[in-house]
Amino acid sequence: MGLGIGLGHYLTVGAILFTLGVFGIFLNRKNIIVILMSVELILLAVNLNFVAFSAQLNDLQGQVFALLILTVAAAEAAIGLAILVIFYRNRGSIAVEDVNMMKG
Amino acid sequence: MTLPLFFFYLFSIVAVASAFMVISARNPVHAVLFLILVFFNAAGLFMLAGAEFLALILIVVYVGAVAVLFLFVVMMLDVDFASLRQGLLQYAPIGAVVGIVLLLELLLVAGSFVISPEVAGASGLPINPNIDNTRALGQVLYTRYVFVFQGAGAVLLVAMIGAIVLTLRHKPNVKRQDPNVQVGRKVSETLEVVKVKSGQGL
Repeated sequence: MGLGIGLGHYLTVGAILFTLGVFGIFLNRKNIIVILMSVELILLAVNLNFVAFSAQLNDLQGQVFALLILTVAAAEAAIGLAILVIFYRNRGSIAVEDVNMMKG
Repeated sequence: MTLPLFFFYLFSIVAVASAFMVISARNPVHAVLFLILVFFNAAGLFMLAGAEFLALILIVVYVGAVAVLFLFVVMMLDVDFASLRQGLLQYAPIGAVVGIVLLLELLLVAGSFVISPEVAGASGLPINPNIDNTRALGQVLYTRYVFVFQGAGAVLLVAMIGAIVLTLRHKPNVKRQDPNVQVGRKVSETLEVVKVKSGQGL
């Protein structure tokens, strides 16, 4: 990193993004699409922390781990949206409170 | 203020503002577009930290695939998003309390921790400044982390098959090609030779 940018800068941005993601889940608790987007924001914040620590500690392992998180996040988004599409096909709605078919 | 620091503040301010717009936008299409803006700015932050490969992968994978998938689903589903926003502020206070507590805790941790000197010196995989980031990642991904890398590929394969199996459906009353039937046809079933006497017709 260097050049005036410190680890604390990155951690602060990561913390704010993480909090916004958590807040988004509370705020849009009916709209599952926005909840999925909030989860993507949380994963992005985690990735930012990994990359910042990787640069700070001069260790490539953090970037390898961030790459794997990216893979899992992409798979999660694909599966989540596929479930969303078939749920909409069956019920005609994506409101979270309508998701009670399994009576859990 | 140095130029990298200026760009750091620019990227981070735009990213945080767009992240706020993602969770507060009325129209989910706008939310997805702001999510794309967040990813672009996060890619800029990655670039400033020296992770060029991850920055470009973030743009390719997230903006090119995931965000477009979100956009596709949002536009394909005919949902009344206005009704989904009813009672929006009902849970906002508790969400704000949880969010502020979480933020304060995270900032407290981020501001007060110290890296122990023996950890700082003992890097498991030191970054070689002489080779570029993509080459360095490739050198470890295909050797030291090959099983993890193959596992990531398996996760993606399962996700792909799962998404196809979940969303594939066969509609009735749709004519489809059936190669088995086509190949199994016999001449005796399809062709009939009729002897016609001249001058009589059928």
